[in-house]
Amino acid sequence: MLRRSDTWAGLLCLAIGLLTLWEANRYSIGTLGHMGPGFYPAVLGTLLAIVGALIVLTGGPAVDVDPLHAVPEGAEWRGRLCIIGGIVLFILLAENLGLIAATFACVFVAAMGDRKATIPASLALACAITVFGALLFRGLLGVNLPLWP
Amino acid sequence: MEESLAGLWHGLQIATQPANLLWCFVGVMVGNFVGVLPGLGVLSAVSILLPLTFGMKPVAAILMLAGIFYGAQYGGAICSILLNLPCHPPHAVTCLDGYPMTRQGRGGVALGITIIAACIGAAFGIIEMTFFAPIVARVAVDFGPSEICALMLLGLLAGATLARGSALKGIAMTLFGQILGLAGVDQNVGVPRFTFGIIDLYDGVELVALALGVFGIAEFLKSVNNVVSLQLKGMRLTVADMRPNRAELKEAAWPMVRGTLIGTLCALVPGTGPTIASFIAYATEKKLSKTPEKFGTGMIAGVASPEASTHSSVQGDFIPTMSIGIPGDSAMALLLGALLIQGIQPGPLLIHDHPDIFWGLIASFWIGNLMLVILNVPLIGLWVRLLAIPYRFLFPSALFFVCIGVYSARNSMFDVGETLVLGLFGFLLLRLRFHVAPILLGFVLGPRMEENFRNAMVLSHGDLAIFVQRPITLAFVLLSLLLILGQLFAAWRVRQRRHA
Repeated sequence: MLRRSDTWAGLLCLAIGLLTLWEANRYSIGTLGHMGPGFYPAVLGTLLAIVGALIVLTGGPAVDVDPLHAVPEGAEWRGRLCIIGGIVLFILLAENLGLIAATFACVFVAAMGDRKATIPASLALACAITVFGALLFRGLLGVNLPLWP
Repeated sequence: MEESLAGLWHGLQIATQPANLLWCFVGVMVGNFVGVLPGLGVLSAVSILLPLTFGMKPVAAILMLAGIFYGAQYGGAICSILLNLPCHPPHAVTCLDGYPMTRQGRGGVALGITIIAACIGAAFGIIEMTFFAPIVARVAVDFGPSEICALMLLGLLAGATLARGSALKGIAMTLFGQILGLAGVDQNVGVPRFTFGIIDLYDGVELVALALGVFGIAEFLKSVNNVVSLQLKGMRLTVADMRPNRAELKEAAWPMVRGTLIGTLCALVPGTGPTIASFIAYATEKKLSKTPEKFGTGMIAGVASPEASTHSSVQGDFIPTMSIGIPGDSAMALLLGALLIQGIQPGPLLIHDHPDIFWGLIASFWIGNLMLVILNVPLIGLWVRLLAIPYRFLFPSALFFVCIGVYSARNSMFDVGETLVLGLFGFLLLRLRFHVAPILLGFVLGPRMEENFRNAMVLSHGDLAIFVQRPITLAFVLLSLLLILGQLFAAWRVRQRRHA
């Protein structure tokens, strides 16, 4: 009963655990009575590696039937790339071109990620959020970002 | 007893200050709003609003964040009953009988019953907290590092294994959360650890960035183009539809009492939040019923009992967080993190050192629940209409709030990038069928667990026997072992059945 997704999940845990252990070795480990900064990380890394190995070996118990958290397999890369793009644009624009441009770009690009999105609807949403965001964060809360370039 | 009543009176004076009333209202309003909306979770709502609270007074901040948490329970029921969408895990079972009632045209009655159940459940949960939390705190004040360490271990194990999905993967996530918590300057020795030479990481991974990454961005990446848009043709509800008749009330009465009882009990067990309480409540009703076969066809008991248990355990959930400083689930871990950011250490001394926060919070529960009833009964039509807001308008707006929220926490664009990275990683974890909630629990508890473990070892001169020599510590350790053995037994049973 080895499920593919669980094998990868276990291997990921194993890798993170070993990396943690490796990084922990760069700090002094010490003894139980006098722990160095590397002691606890080494414990965590070892445990995670063991748990990861166990996940690979057992393949995880029964099938996970949880409609809320079952991620459908059909990849929806347009939506995902638009979301990532929106955040990247915000990071690039906010400090250089100001809050208005960054908000507009972020919301517009993200909104275009939906299959049913149209350019006018996304523009309208981006405008609305930009006005609302500028009023709320700049006007009321005083976020430390310029509005304009 | 008298102490509690005096405290409550004090708290009422705090909570009724206009500013606090306003923030409490904002909290329950936002909570109710995200509860109704399919596709937005409580955890993302709390994390989005978390940065806004940094400039607020601690009392106002905690009142508001707590309000989101219990307010969302009111909204979540609407979504379950009218649309058959288990948007919020605690209300997933409510779908089973709530939605059939809607199809029979009795959705209004189901909502009415829900609100009555919510009032009763919440009231008992709050009473439990009022009188029980000070007792717990009095016991916990004598806890040394070994007791705290063992209790945290129990809490982490329970949070990881009693939730949904694979126990091993849950444990892996709490460990991963603790590893994320390692980054930054080691508080005991002053050495920077796990920073990989990045100066921005010297203060550690930002709680806000982690929460918004795994509960915000990762969720959006998962849900985009995956949330069904809904047709709400002719779904109009008025207050009159919500009034249950005498027979329906009679049918709901005992289930509500039983649900409340189950909820208040579940609140006391670490790691068993409202979700587990509602499942147990539903199963109990089905078992006790004379007509168990009718469950799933619109039984009032199947709505009343889980709803009462959810609301009572949501309020009772605050007990371990506020009186021991050990959160039972990730929502509570986030609240605890919010308090820590404000410079307040929740724990046995909180009631004594910060009575304003503790009693103000309890008093605000009464006020907030009252507000929620007022918000939900006359305005039910408005909430129903909100259900129709499509996800394609929600997630771009929420994304902006995530970006600006993380930025404003420390005025740092690095943190926005950090959120994106954690979000992508969270999405990978979701794809591999991990439940990401325990990460937060591990992240918040990890550093304190390390500190207490280290102190316990210093006290015992490096002798691990300290964990079996002190009676209370031993009890927690044994309970943890019991949990692990229980999981092994359950896994063994599953395997046996598969072979049979």
